[in-house]
Amino acid sequence: MDPQVINEYLPLFGDAALLTVGLGAAGIGLSIVIGLICSLVQFYRIPAARQIVRIYIELSRNTPLLIQLFFIYFGLPKIGIKTDPTVCGIVGLAFLGGSYMAETFRSGLEAVDKVQSESAYTLGLNRFQTFIYVILPQAVSTSIPPFVANVIFLLKETSVFSAVSLMDLMFTAKDLIGLYYNTTESLFLLVVFYLIILLPVSLLGALLERKLTGYRTANEKVRRGMIAQRKEASGNVGN
Amino acid sequence: MSETSELLEIKHLTKSFGTTSVLEDINLTVRKGEAVVLVGPSGCGKSTLLRCIGALEDIQGGEIIIDGERIVKGGKNPKVGMVFQSYDLFPHLNVLDNITLAPRKVLKRDKAQVKEEARELLRRVGLADKEKSLPRELSGGQKQRVAIVRALIMQPEIMLFDEVTAALDPEMVREVLEVILDLAKQGRTMMIVTHEMQFARAVADRVIMIDGGRIIEENTPGRFFTEPQTERARQFLNTFTYESVKK
Amino acid sequence: MWGIEVLFKGKNFLRLLEGLGIALEISMVSVLISIPIGIILGILMAGNNPVIKAILRIYLDFIRIMPQLVLLFLVFFGTTKVWGWDLSAEASSIIVFSMWGAAEMSDLVRGALKAIPAHQYESAQMLGLTALQTKIYIIIPQCIRRLIPLSINLITRMIKTTSLVLMIGVVEVLKVAQQIIEANRMSVPNAAFGVYLFVFALYFAVCFVLSMAARKLEKKWS
Repeated sequence: MDPQVINEYLPLFGDAALLTVGLGAAGIGLSIVIGLICSLVQFYRIPAARQIVRIYIELSRNTPLLIQLFFIYFGLPKIGIKTDPTVCGIVGLAFLGGSYMAETFRSGLEAVDKVQSESAYTLGLNRFQTFIYVILPQAVSTSIPPFVANVIFLLKETSVFSAVSLMDLMFTAKDLIGLYYNTTESLFLLVVFYLIILLPVSLLGALLERKLTGYRTANEKVRRGMIAQRKEASGNVGN
Repeated sequence: MSETSELLEIKHLTKSFGTTSVLEDINLTVRKGEAVVLVGPSGCGKSTLLRCIGALEDIQGGEIIIDGERIVKGGKNPKVGMVFQSYDLFPHLNVLDNITLAPRKVLKRDKAQVKEEARELLRRVGLADKEKSLPRELSGGQKQRVAIVRALIMQPEIMLFDEVTAALDPEMVREVLEVILDLAKQGRTMMIVTHEMQFARAVADRVIMIDGGRIIEENTPGRFFTEPQTERARQFLNTFTYESVKK
Repeated sequence: MWGIEVLFKGKNFLRLLEGLGIALEISMVSVLISIPIGIILGILMAGNNPVIKAILRIYLDFIRIMPQLVLLFLVFFGTTKVWGWDLSAEASSIIVFSMWGAAEMSDLVRGALKAIPAHQYESAQMLGLTALQTKIYIIIPQCIRRLIPLSINLITRMIKTTSLVLMIGVVEVLKVAQQIIEANRMSVPNAAFGVYLFVFALYFAVCFVLSMAARKLEKKWS
């Protein structure tokens, strides 16, 4: 490996990493918004909207991002919907990420025991207050580990952005390999920069998960007990 | 006669988890056909004592002897049957398979014969129609009765019941306790950890109270529940009544 | 309309299906390699040897944190450069997806083993079953039930991931799509819409069926 070459390539990879992180952050931000809306639609079983959300989630989760991007970037312009690469990348990532976030948030919401909202109602809290003060805080704590996993997954997925001619890390690496054959240096920098982006998120996730487990296990024990009791009760009716 | 009919003998048993001592110098004998009930506050060590007898825990001192054989953790221990609070049926096997697995694989008994015996036992606990059900299709009380049958079919010398009704809804407690009472009538040797004091009184030949890892009192049920010898036992029994709370 | 008609020209429809076949073939071969390796690694990860666990941990974490496309580049461009061997894009893909699949599978196996409550082992012991009998009759059947739906999901992810092989030049469904669009640039200018919509639908059909199967089994065995 030639330190000279590394030195020379460093700024190129630095710019590319910024683009990767920027597009990733924008796409993930949008995913969170889509995910929140979809999860609420499903949680409160809003008619019609619920079916649309269901279809969207299936379409998004059962197709690769690369195909989604090709369709948006090359396909849609033919029927008059033109996007530039940046918009295409962000929209594509959000289309993919929205469904993953929705599933995470929904299972977080559903993990909060029904008795929680019932006891909030009996205390006189309205639906909105119940959601904000009782349901949401508990749902957030169960959602955090899968949420961090989604963020890592989506940041990794940005690696296909080069296919719609965005000059991200992959694009830069491939370009430099093709032009100057400095394969080792390019691949080294590629790995290093992805580690710089992804390791902190992964470590933060592990840290948060450790902090939350104490609360969650206590919570879960109570919940399991209740579920077990309910199941038994309903099993008993069947006799 | 009384010497030879001793089935379980515990001598100077000590048990600790790391530096926390759980059981200290436990001495205890159980005769054949006796039903011994262990009571005491939560965390007093009574469940740990059962787990030691069941060879699920290693012990730090003393010895446990069943029918002349010393118990070692993890060792084969066909003389002891144990039922847990959480039923712990095997979720992938139906009721009949849950019961017949061990006799077939451990005792190498004939499948048809074991099945017949399992059906008979199921009939006795009122679950004749459930042999094909999966554990998750049963109520808690039903699961616990299957767990008892599963342990019984191995024909253990001594049955250990570890708070078997603690996870059940009140209306299901009775159906399980009646099965255990029935076993007592048949002269089974049993050690029972329970918080159901009425049941303890009905089933026990002897009551042993444990607190802080030590045996505090050993008594007949009649005397233990009416005139306990120790102040600690009196306090403990008071937690089950509300006399002192009335004005 | 919308370039969909190009699918019915000549052998285009069939060519696209063949392209999908290549993508599926790469995923299937990789899955078949990664499942046994993943099971072994997962059992080791659930075990008690701290040295083995530490080494595996670093390897598995690296594989799982790197984008699969980076791994493809490392193997396809990197190893050929360092070792000077001649590795086809297809072979590189299978190596990478097998390594990645094994890492994911090992995590699923470790999770399934850890999810079995201690009381299951204790009940078996109280009934006199030996350690081996406990594994054969109690632990493995429960693990398999947990693992089958998760493995199907892994296959779905594998199939989606194979779309990446386009980026190192494997001729699969996307590449065929590009060729068809290119060849019909003049006659069907809107081909890109219809063809990519069709490719989208193809991937969806395959993955959706697998996801549904996984969900059904999960419900049945939960």
